Amino acid sequence: MLRFVGRRVLLLAFTLAVASVLIFAITNVLPGDVARIILGPFAPQDAVTRLNAELGADRPVVVRYAEWLAGVAQGDWGRSYAFSTAVFPLVLERLGRSLLLAGSGLAVLVPLAIASGVAAARREGGLFDRVLSTVSLAVGALPEFVTGVFLILVFGIWLAVLPIQALPPDGAGPLTVAAHLVLPVGCLVLLLFAYLFRMTRASMIEALAADYTRTATLKGLPPRTVVWRHVLRNALLPTVTVIGAQIGWLVGGLVVVETLFKYPGIGSLIHFAATNKDIPLLVGCSLAITFVFALGNLAADVLYAVLNPRVRHGRNAH
Amino acid sequence: MTAPLLELDNVTISYQRRRDLVDAVRNVSLVVQPGEAYGLVGESGCGKSTLAMAVLRYLPRNGLLTSGHVLFEGRDLFTMTAPELRRIRGDRIAMVYQNPGSALNPTIRVGAQVAEVYRHHRGLAHRAATEAALDMLRKVRISEPDRVAALYPYQLSGGMQQRVVIAMALASDPALLVLDEPTTALDATVQADILDLFQDLRGELKASILFISHNLAVVQQVCDRIGVMYAGELIEQGTIREVFQRPRHPYTAALFDCIPDFGVRKKDRRLAGIAGGVPDLADLGTGCLYEPRCLISRTVCRVDHPELMRAGTRHLSRCFFHMETPLPGSAAPLAGVAQSPENGRSDRLPLLSLNKVGRRFGKAHILDEIDLEIAPGETFGLVGESGSGKSTLAKVIAGLVPPSTGTVALNNERVAGTASRRTRRQRRDVQMVFQTPDATLNPKKRLASILGRAVRVLAGLTGRRKRDRSSALLADVQLPPKMMTATPDRLSGGQRQRVAIARAFAGDPKLVILDEPTSALDVSVQASILNLLLDLQRESEVAYLFISHDLAVVRYLSDRIGVMYLGEIVEIGPAERVFRPPFHPYTQSLIAAVPRLGTEKPARPVSLDVAPSGPADRPSGCPFHTRCPRAYDPCRTEAPPWRDAGEGYMIRCWIALDALEASQTAALRTRRKPDPVRVGPRP
Repeated sequence: MLRFVGRRVLLLAFTLAVASVLIFAITNVLPGDVARIILGPFAPQDAVTRLNAELGADRPVVVRYAEWLAGVAQGDWGRSYAFSTAVFPLVLERLGRSLLLAGSGLAVLVPLAIASGVAAARREGGLFDRVLSTVSLAVGALPEFVTGVFLILVFGIWLAVLPIQALPPDGAGPLTVAAHLVLPVGCLVLLLFAYLFRMTRASMIEALAADYTRTATLKGLPPRTVVWRHVLRNALLPTVTVIGAQIGWLVGGLVVVETLFKYPGIGSLIHFAATNKDIPLLVGCSLAITFVFALGNLAADVLYAVLNPRVRHGRNAH
Repeated sequence: MTAPLLELDNVTISYQRRRDLVDAVRNVSLVVQPGEAYGLVGESGCGKSTLAMAVLRYLPRNGLLTSGHVLFEGRDLFTMTAPELRRIRGDRIAMVYQNPGSALNPTIRVGAQVAEVYRHHRGLAHRAATEAALDMLRKVRISEPDRVAALYPYQLSGGMQQRVVIAMALASDPALLVLDEPTTALDATVQADILDLFQDLRGELKASILFISHNLAVVQQVCDRIGVMYAGELIEQGTIREVFQRPRHPYTAALFDCIPDFGVRKKDRRLAGIAGGVPDLADLGTGCLYEPRCLISRTVCRVDHPELMRAGTRHLSRCFFHMETPLPGSAAPLAGVAQSPENGRSDRLPLLSLNKVGRRFGKAHILDEIDLEIAPGETFGLVGESGSGKSTLAKVIAGLVPPSTGTVALNNERVAGTASRRTRRQRRDVQMVFQTPDATLNPKKRLASILGRAVRVLAGLTGRRKRDRSSALLADVQLPPKMMTATPDRLSGGQRQRVAIARAFAGDPKLVILDEPTSALDVSVQASILNLLLDLQRESEVAYLFISHDLAVVRYLSDRIGVMYLGEIVEIGPAERVFRPPFHPYTQSLIAAVPRLGTEKPARPVSLDVAPSGPADRPSGCPFHTRCPRAYDPCRTEAPPWRDAGEGYMIRCWIALDALEASQTAALRTRRKPDPVRVGPRP
């Protein structure tokens, strides 16, 4: 197990290194002239040259990468052009908010989707299964700005029971924070439920039909033991992988939800950086999201290995 | 007589198919007494597994008991509540399954899976249950229970997995043990060990056994009484002695005929298959279900459905003319394949020659310095346990896996290691037929297109000549012309294998590699496929490389035989010599492991209970020395020499031939019991 985790961490470091090179290349090398991008096509050439020298963009690429990487490691992620503040604290603050939103979303979504998937699979073709399969697919097909607006209209305006802004006022208690998060989290759950539910349902059906499930049943074990001890562990494997792959997207890709609910997360920040050509900010956001994405996958891999001895022992076993 | 333990009373089980109910088991009544072992045999689709599952009231969702009762210790299983049923399952009735690999939960340690039975049914605490599980693992002859208990199923060999499943079944000391083809998925040597285990355990435990198998010889070894099923009906029942000595139903007699007897060769006689197939269960006439395939049927058989009638003191048969049942052997045409090209090892140039062919995957030596020649028109049989490298050797010859070392030559001409780099002629000359035809034929293509493509690619024909050739191929494998428009998923396993054979013959090959071509098929179908192969060979002078784990089949079909162990050929020679002493100690244990009709359980001088070393950690010296009871010092250090026993018969062993012969002849002699149960007079 330790060896497995060790190998995965090494792989993670490698992934991050490659990602850093890519991010650096895309933002600092490919556009060619950084100052020209910032100042626009009509700026005089000497102003461009001056800015390039000021930004250090006129030195060799490798040197710039090394310096940049050293800075990144020390928490010096450069200064945002647009905000004129340090990138690192800004990204950190926004990342924290996005993590809170994504984490709350997952905390609701995962148990709900798995429980429904299991329940539907145990009575495959039953009323619950058919209703939930159809409804979840229909809702999942709606884009989040539709479901989001619908939620805002119903709960925020007609019923007026929930705040329509996700960001709580400063110094709010945990209950207030939670109340503010209900609508965006609901929007997220509606968006992702169908995918996770159907995944769980399908692998559950497969595991329920497996020979080892028959063995467990014919051992005389009660249905609950059969499902909890014998089926679930095998059925959850594909779901775990899917959740891991979703984490990065949940943190960085929620631009629409964040905009809709006026929630200043990292999704809207990266959107802002891209539209305003704020390259240091863009790099910072990309780095943060890459990091979360890689960590999410690592967590999923480790969990997968905990559930599946075959992976844990790797090639060395047998 | 005591009260029966299990009583099936007029049981009919039906499956819901669309709107119709199809009876998979019809009006079966049978009784298993306490302590008795009852064997249920029949070909696939005859309803025996459905019946086994009904004994545990575990029917698929679309299956239901439409009439009758399943009584266990006098109580009707199908009227019990779920908790009552759970107290019986796994405690009073336990089951052992065909495929131990998938029957065990892949994510739970095997020790815990056995302990679960004690925790659940005996209410033992964690610690005590674990101890009890270790004891049970020891009882099923697992030598290091502590180590094995901590492993996951995938870390165990098939035989060990099955021992764990058996331990799990025996943990609660059940009154009835249901064994559903428990050895079918295992190697013959492992099967022999498991059968020995059952016999030993029958002495120790008092459980009754319901043994489901398609293998008559296996049932004979374990059971006291036998029931034969056909198309969902019980058609014959009696003691093992009665039924094996004098079957009283034509179907049973025909089943005996399909099995190649161990001594029989292709020049002695053709195998008798059973013409036709199992009837469509949804569309049965009023008469006897076996009538369309029966050799002694009369008018009344087409009209009236026979009931089970008495044919002996405890012998029942569902045949009006059971007294006229032909003796096994008598119905088979006695003419053998007279003009079989027995002159395989003549002075003609070899068709195929392998020179020091080796194959490695990483550190593992799958094949090690194989030298082999096959003559035109010869049948070369290759036997060995799984993992011995048989299939890899076949793939190297076919060019599917390039050899790491050594050369492959066809017609004295060295060929490339991969098929894509061979010439068209060379590719055409070597064709292959696989074990599972469903995996090699595209299920969505019509036969016309499958065969047409093979004819175009291999024989280079197009248009009308392509169609003619395809039709001729279909006729050659004895399939009706109307099947040209069928797709493989509509065909039975035997028919699919015929199509695969037709495909292989499309370009007039010189060598056809048959990799376990009949092991997925029923015995009656196997017989007809083997006959077909012989016919095709007589017409086309093709050479066969026949790979099988079934020694009787290999011996029946082959001119020469090679025995493989861990990537080496350890013994090679003419078929009539290889299975006569002296033989390699490994061959001796292979032969002893074959369950045989007609003889008492053979004494097994060499048990292969020690698992073979994998190809990755091949022992030095003779690779077999880790399991060989006669190994001495040189075997452990140096590769053994080839010893020539004459007539082209070679054994690779350190032990002198006369020493081998003396001990092995003695072992054979002690095996013969004075009054063996015989299977009628055999030709």
